[in-house]
Amino acid sequence: MAPLTPSSQIDLQALQLDDARALLKHGAKDSPQEAGESATGYLQRVIDGLCEISLKDPLTGLGNRRHLRSTLERAIETVARSGESVLLLLLDIDHFKAINDTHGHLAGDQVLQAIANCLADCVRPMDTVVRYGGEEFAVILPHCRPLFGRAVAERIRQTVASLSIPVGARINVQATISIGGAYAPEWVRSTADLWIERADQQLYRAKSSGRNQVCLDQPRELSVSAEEKGLLFAHIATDEATMIRNFSGDAPPDTQGNATDRVNA
Amino acid sequence: MNDVLTPTAEHPSTAKLPLRPHGKVLAVTSGKGGVGKTFVSANLAAALAKRGHKVLVLDADLGLANLDVVLNLYPKITLHDVFIGKARLEDAILQAPGGFSVLLAGSGMVEYSRLTPEVRDEFLRIISSLVPHYDVVLLDTGAGISDVVLFAVSLASEVLMVATPEPTSLTDAYATIKVLVGQQQRQTVRVIVNQAARPGSGLAITNQLQQVLDRFVVTDHPIRLVHMGDIPVDPEVRQAIMRRQLLMQATPGCPAGMAISQLARKLEESVIPKPA
Repeated sequence: MAPLTPSSQIDLQALQLDDARALLKHGAKDSPQEAGESATGYLQRVIDGLCEISLKDPLTGLGNRRHLRSTLERAIETVARSGESVLLLLLDIDHFKAINDTHGHLAGDQVLQAIANCLADCVRPMDTVVRYGGEEFAVILPHCRPLFGRAVAERIRQTVASLSIPVGARINVQATISIGGAYAPEWVRSTADLWIERADQQLYRAKSSGRNQVCLDQPRELSVSAEEKGLLFAHIATDEATMIRNFSGDAPPDTQGNATDRVNA
Repeated sequence: MNDVLTPTAEHPSTAKLPLRPHGKVLAVTSGKGGVGKTFVSANLAAALAKRGHKVLVLDADLGLANLDVVLNLYPKITLHDVFIGKARLEDAILQAPGGFSVLLAGSGMVEYSRLTPEVRDEFLRIISSLVPHYDVVLLDTGAGISDVVLFAVSLASEVLMVATPEPTSLTDAYATIKVLVGQQQRQTVRVIVNQAARPGSGLAITNQLQQVLDRFVVTDHPIRLVHMGDIPVDPEVRQAIMRRQLLMQATPGCPAGMAISQLARKLEESVIPKPA
């Protein structure tokens, strides 16, 4: 960004703030200039309010696509430096068009809002939930170990499926969601596009294999189980190192992956 | 020793060279760094050049390139200059000692270690304009399974996986093969065992890897590991590396040098058409 040049006084009268204030009012963010508040201070508040609105989805109150983008980009930087596991989930309401067609668009909006609230309640405060587009949502879960990713996504899916959403007098609808997820590649800088693309492929997989299910991209961690290692090093055992033989051997290790108690095997 | 079979012009213009439609792209990769990937790439290129092939080695380890160190070449114009549009591709290609061509990444390429669509496109453009001019293009990739490595490997028709017999190297090689099989649907991975302690150990290691893959990796297509050969532990290798010479130039007759010649022959039998 080009450096700002120091200006003289801000003249609020000369600025066209009406539209901005109307937007802020709509988002319940408008508050008039306070007595004694400097023009700069007030303008800063207006700008902050606009920034906040620009990242929000007006219907559901969740973050919007722009918010997702900046969160993903920040996450990519973190992951590249720390190797932390960050999971991106894309969630799509199944057969949403049918809900709209049967119960009307107002009902559709109510379903979107109910599911949005449910998603926000399902996750930790550090997680980010956004409305990605029409009936599609995204959740970013930092510090989510690959071991738990599926459990988290499953919990979200089941909680949504258990909702009974009132959309009119004595009319409740139930909706299911399909979830696709991908971890940010660790220790390297990916791009938001590639990451979304991988999660989207999984969402497509979840949709095409029957909906109301979770598909996750296999995290590309160098995961080799104790069992695999045991077999992998068998040649060394026969070859030279007795020390390594103690950690591998012919019998597969037990379920804990302990391969130590081999003497009596 | 140094029979140069490639054009001696300082800046061979790719436009003027005859097209070689059978150009093969081979990726030299490894699960773990420090197993001799770049050493193998450079010396294998020299061995293939000696057998009459027109070979280019491309430094595809954008983040941690060290082909320049191995070859003791520090050119002014590198792949980086091509990427930023400062130089033409043909000006970045230079002749390595050993009779093959190289395209060095240059230190500025670190910026490109993140795989953006632009980097991807540029890389693709470069590879596809190079391939018709060579019999063999060797991609000296980084280690492991980062975006850039996997992308570079995806451009190759054959994967040469370099591993040493050490457990850590084998584990990482195995993990990388799993990813290649899972993500790129690779059916064949060719294994080169470097620093083999005794004759036959590389074959044993490859068979072991194959067994573990067969047992633990579930795919709808069979994965086949092909043992391409071993490079034995040889003091001459260290000597050459320390002197920053190619082994194939310094002492091609030593056991490791002979093994690399043998590798080149085996590649010729299996993947590279014999030179015309």
